[in-house]
Amino acid sequence: MATDIKMPQLGESVHEGTIGKWLKRPGESVAKYEPLVEVITDKVNVEMPSPFAGVLKEILVKEGETVVVGTAIAVIEEAAGAPVAVRPSAAASPAASAPKSAARPASDGTASAARAPAVAGDGGRARPAGAPPARDRAVRLTPLVRRMAEEHQIPAQELESIPGTGDGGRITKDDVLRYLQARAAPSAGAAAASTRAPDQNAQAPAQATRAPTPAGLPPAAGDHLQRLTPIRRTIAERLAQSKREIPHAYGIIEVDLTALVRHREAHKAAWQARNGVNISLTAFIVRATARALRAFPMVNATFTPEGIVHKQAIHFGIGVAIPDGLIVPVIKHADQKSVVDLAKEVARLSTLARDGKLALEDVSGGTFTLTNPGVFGSIISIPIINYPQAAILATDAIVRRPVVVGEGIAIREMMNLGLAFDHRIFDGAVGVQFLTHIKRQLEEFAPAGDSPEF
Amino acid sequence: MADKRFLDAIHDTLHEEMARDPSTVLLGEDVGRKGGVFGVTDGLYEAFGEARVIDTPLAESCIVGVAIGMSVNGLRPIAEIQFADFIHPAFDQILSEAARMRYRSRNDFGCPMVIRTPYGGGVHGALYHSQSIEAFYAHIPGLKVVVPSTPADAKGLLRSAIRDHDPVLYLEHKKMYRSVRGEVPDGDFTVPIGPSAVRRPGRDLSIFAYGLMLQESLGAAELLAREGMEAEVVDVRTLRPLDTRTILESVARTTRALIVHEDNRFGGFGAEIAATIAEEGFRSLDAPPTRLGGPEVPAVPFSAPIEEWFMITADKIAAAARTLVAY
Repeated sequence: MATDIKMPQLGESVHEGTIGKWLKRPGESVAKYEPLVEVITDKVNVEMPSPFAGVLKEILVKEGETVVVGTAIAVIEEAAGAPVAVRPSAAASPAASAPKSAARPASDGTASAARAPAVAGDGGRARPAGAPPARDRAVRLTPLVRRMAEEHQIPAQELESIPGTGDGGRITKDDVLRYLQARAAPSAGAAAASTRAPDQNAQAPAQATRAPTPAGLPPAAGDHLQRLTPIRRTIAERLAQSKREIPHAYGIIEVDLTALVRHREAHKAAWQARNGVNISLTAFIVRATARALRAFPMVNATFTPEGIVHKQAIHFGIGVAIPDGLIVPVIKHADQKSVVDLAKEVARLSTLARDGKLALEDVSGGTFTLTNPGVFGSIISIPIINYPQAAILATDAIVRRPVVVGEGIAIREMMNLGLAFDHRIFDGAVGVQFLTHIKRQLEEFAPAGDSPEF
Repeated sequence: MADKRFLDAIHDTLHEEMARDPSTVLLGEDVGRKGGVFGVTDGLYEAFGEARVIDTPLAESCIVGVAIGMSVNGLRPIAEIQFADFIHPAFDQILSEAARMRYRSRNDFGCPMVIRTPYGGGVHGALYHSQSIEAFYAHIPGLKVVVPSTPADAKGLLRSAIRDHDPVLYLEHKKMYRSVRGEVPDGDFTVPIGPSAVRRPGRDLSIFAYGLMLQESLGAAELLAREGMEAEVVDVRTLRPLDTRTILESVARTTRALIVHEDNRFGGFGAEIAATIAEEGFRSLDAPPTRLGGPEVPAVPFSAPIEEWFMITADKIAAAARTLVAY
């Protein structure tokens, strides 16, 4: 039996995939679970195993082409299909008995009457039975919700994230209205609070949230359009959504890393030899931050219309630059790991990221994110929160600077530590206390002997 | 303005129209000396005489056929079919002659006539005295079908029907005759054939109904209001020509449509409303257009508990509304 192989759903927010490479040619046989094709998504590259044994009959999507999830990409002729069970022809007896029951209207009527309460309770069969499963709701939007999504330019991904209160989790008109209100509110508030020209305030919230259209910029000679790669599109959508929905607030403090830098310089070769890994400054910062997250649970949280979800686990995302964008691998349970373990995780995930070999689980589940624009030399960075988390920490370049220490001036290894946070979840006091908590750990760094642990 | 029973509103209007227009003629089974089996034509025989109030044989095809002949020749007959259940022998006369007369004669002749008939269950009338027949007749181009839901509309629509230049089927829910009262405007009050009426505004869903079901729907809206749900109730008092504009405007406001009729659902009139909403109001919908109708059994049953099971009530409408709003 010839069966279509479909583009798999490789993650809850993954909508399309690009065929990287076909690992089998038409005519070749393939075993069950044998890698069949390489699929590139906006998050990860995966080898898709064949769901069953057979012969690859036809390739429907060429290498390099991008198709939406669920599209047939190949046809496999199944090896040994089970014989289709033939139904016994039992039709004769019910058919023969049918006239008999029709001749007894009285008993039929009674039977119907007995069912009466059930029918009435069912709203008189007002609704077709069988509510759709919640996961289907993305494709079961009502016409009105579809229209509203179009009119208000809600991207598909965002639409899916709206909590549905309808039957089976279906998104209703009211859900969209609530969402739009939440989306518009921060922009309106920001506009009102801004010190810009008054006409800025006059902007309708709905307009303020609209994506800017490139209509006003006619292409000039020599301009060219670079198509969005899946990863670029995801970055664009996510960051735009974050800026649109989350009222960002910021705090930046200075951290004196002199003690830590000196200690690391003194021992890093030994650590490398002992542990087989370079213990980077990032590992120390992740360690300190994970502790601070334990002390300030509201920073390890997510805002929802129902309330603030405090995340139990601390899954620590670290932004890694890759050739065509940015990816955020996640260190799971970062608060339970030592500096050495964190350093190993950072090294392992960075390598996988640069090689494009991260698995989906490596990039999902993050509850907090660290970004390090300091490696490129930035000294003050204002990051965008990794939606829907509560905050993102930015570490800037460590710069040797003259600093007042006591009554004198000293040369110290200074770094700016910045936090962008969701002001709906907590306020500036908490944000800066959180930063200070990290600062103290790093400045009062006092390891035992030559250990990196603190 | 006077408070009248549904039946009295019809009776008085017949009387007024016959007094106003000498070309009007009443005909039907027992409409004369007896004054009708429900008493709707009580006293008209005495008032207007046997030439204008005619007792006919038990032959519905004949009643309608004679009315057609009268109307083509300048009279304005008002034919009564004693029960809607009995109208079917006249189906051919209505469909093939009355409804087509203007079309067939290239506008030379019309049939300005009314066929009044009581329909509907809930009065323990059993198989031959309870059926809803509107779906068969609303299907016919050239025939107008009205179903008043209030005493005021009983008057206003009957006047418009009598004065109309084409055949009108005027359906009276028999349970409403003595159970529904209301203010009826005095004088030359008419309600145009066509427009629906929003009887109660609401924002959560639209309920479309006519006749007794309109009354039950208003009851359901009361029940729902106690729960904080606002149902808009639209009186679809003319089935043909259908006022799709009012229907679509209502759905555009509420985003949900529940169509209620006593007739069984399959191929029922509700299907026409639902299809219109689906075709022309699709982008307004936050839930599927939904019909609530009588069960798919051959007739309204006699046994009291089974008849109760058959009939659509305010409770059943409210239950369906809750399900729809939760969609």
